[in-house]
Amino acid sequence: MTTNPISRFFRWFFYRSRGDSPFKTILIHATLIIACVIAVYPVLRVVTISLRPNDTLLTTDLRIIPENATLDNYKEVLFGDAEKNRQSDFFLWIWNSVSVVAVTSVISVILAAISAYAFSRFRFPGRSAGLIFLLTTQMIPAGMLLLPLFIMIAKLKMINTPLGLIIAYAVTSVPLTIWTLKGYYDTIPVDLEEAALIDGASRLTVFTKIILPLSTPALAIAFLFSFMGGWSEYLVARVVLQKNEMFTWPLGIFTFAQQFTVSWGQFAAASVLIAIPIMALFLYSSKWLISGLTLGSVKG
Amino acid sequence: MASVTFEKVHKKFGDLTIINSLDIEVQDKEFLVLVGPSGCGKTTALRLLAGLEEITGGEIKIGDRLVNDVAPKDRDIAMVFQSYALYPHLSVYDNMAFGLKLRKTPKEEIKRRVSEAADILGIQDLLQRKPRQLSGGQRQRVAVGRAIVREPKVFLFDEPLSNLDAKLRVQMRAEISKLHQRLQTTFIYVTHDQTEAMTMASRIAVINKGDLQQLDTPQNLYDHPNNLFVAGFIGSPSMNFFPAKIVKSGNSMIVDTEDFKVQIPDSLSGPYKNMEGKSVVFGIRPENIHDPEFAPNNIHGEKVASKVDVTELMGNETLLYLVSGKNTYVGRVDPRSKLRVGSQTQFIFDMDKFHIFDAETEKAIR
Ligand SMILES: Nc1ncnc2c1ncn2[C@@H]1O[C@H](COP(=O)(O)OP(=O)(O)OP(=O)(O)O)[C@@H](O)[C@H]1O
Ligand SMILES: [Mg+2]
Repeated sequence: MTTNPISRFFRWFFYRSRGDSPFKTILIHATLIIACVIAVYPVLRVVTISLRPNDTLLTTDLRIIPENATLDNYKEVLFGDAEKNRQSDFFLWIWNSVSVVAVTSVISVILAAISAYAFSRFRFPGRSAGLIFLLTTQMIPAGMLLLPLFIMIAKLKMINTPLGLIIAYAVTSVPLTIWTLKGYYDTIPVDLEEAALIDGASRLTVFTKIILPLSTPALAIAFLFSFMGGWSEYLVARVVLQKNEMFTWPLGIFTFAQQFTVSWGQFAAASVLIAIPIMALFLYSSKWLISGLTLGSVKG
Repeated sequence: MASVTFEKVHKKFGDLTIINSLDIEVQDKEFLVLVGPSGCGKTTALRLLAGLEEITGGEIKIGDRLVNDVAPKDRDIAMVFQSYALYPHLSVYDNMAFGLKLRKTPKEEIKRRVSEAADILGIQDLLQRKPRQLSGGQRQRVAVGRAIVREPKVFLFDEPLSNLDAKLRVQMRAEISKLHQRLQTTFIYVTHDQTEAMTMASRIAVINKGDLQQLDTPQNLYDHPNNLFVAGFIGSPSMNFFPAKIVKSGNSMIVDTEDFKVQIPDSLSGPYKNMEGKSVVFGIRPENIHDPEFAPNNIHGEKVASKVDVTELMGNETLLYLVSGKNTYVGRVDPRSKLRVGSQTQFIFDMDKFHIFDAETEKAIR
């Protein structure tokens, strides 16, 4: 045992006997802080750019709220530019996105809720093969599906229609949703269904009166995931939609970048505006997310 | 109200035969208990009757109606599950009303029946709660209540008390018996607990490995078990068994276990007269073994020298674990007994109450 204060300090710093040593604590926190900065910095940068007047775009200033901050970019994104005689399509894009993604999510949750029930409760030929197949579809990168999806939708004569995009999104989100919901159904005791069957319910009644009400957290999560998946999707939308008035917002904001001069300021402002509702949705649904993480807690 | 008939009922899971030709006839208004060790197929039999499993052979009838292919909801039965299976998202009231609502019973009628059942079970105050806000005993009552309101022809219970503590179990046992008297309906009750079976049943069906061993009143099962399995299963502590041979000595028949010999009373020896040399299993219940000091004197007592290995004082009786040669057995003797561990004495076997089983077929010889 040394009593030298410096060596005592080192002993405490590296080997504190109870709890984590200060060294470990600092290491953990430093890692977390760096990770946060890496995640948050680009987002802050986007905000900064959106607030800059257009003539200072290329400045190397690192402040988050720039000098002469202005909301001009936002105004232009939202309401167009009367001087240049340009109308804003922003609300149209948002509306297109919302309607496509909401309909997609509703369809895929309904489809998945029903098929996941079959996968969870019935034993039929091809059941496990089917489940594995569904999982395999998730392993193929989206880019590789692009051409087949395009051909399929072209054959259906749905290029340039919202319905075409809805189908394209639904086929990609249904498999994962089925897996999510099947996992949840598996935790609901079969006894409950059998009790209901004896009580006088048909299979369909069991499903609507027992299974669905008990699954609301999982259904909400499935809806949310499916919504998030479609909300910021670019590639597939690019291929399916070609007319400006059909554009979802990820396509729309690139019109800012397709003119001779790239309007980075407006591009950034549009991005920020779009992020706000999705963040709100996330915060609002976080209670479902949390209850969804403790899924197994339904008891008989 | 209805009788229930199992006729040559057969059930396989895949290639595994769980129930092999089960014949049971349950009479109208009877309290029949299916009892047997874990995994013997009791639950399976009940689920076949409820329609939750498909029958692979034979016939099940409720009343005169063949129900082999009838959906569970159309069998007019109610079932109380071991897990209670209350619907977690519905209040107690809605749990009980669920089946009635599905059957489009008028609202007023539902209200009347639920409140009546709640009265019987003493759960009036709990009607607005959710199942997770109830104790185990309360959940159990709600599960029973859900069955009662339906007013079914047959009630099925699958080990409804096994999740309760010992005291509550005794209390609920009495309440279910009372309920049976009050409702005057056929009850079929599954348990692996022979005490539950003995105390509640009008008749007991003992099942082992998917085969019916014996179907009789509790007292008859206890006094006249058909075979070794029933003899060992019914009664606690279990009957003592000794491998033995029947021998003849003069005019009397003797049971010879090599460690001791006991004489069969002449009045009971008829069935064994020409069995000389036969290998048998000799059985006697613990309460028919007496401390010589307190043995009643109007019995055909036979002396068996044994040593006390362990004593268990229960207050109203004393259990002695005894050793005689290579045999160990249990005696349930008078609590005043002064015998202690290590004591050696001539215990008295009451030979008016013995059992003899064929060593090969395990069937009772009487
Ligand atoms: N769905 C099933 N698939 C395959 N085997 C099954 C199935 N259900 C039950 N079994 C088997 O059938 C046998 C009887 O089961 P059952 O549940 O009827 O027993 P039990 O008498 O109710 O036992 P316990 O007292 O433990 O509840 C067991 O060996 C069990 O493993
Ligand atoms: Mg069972």
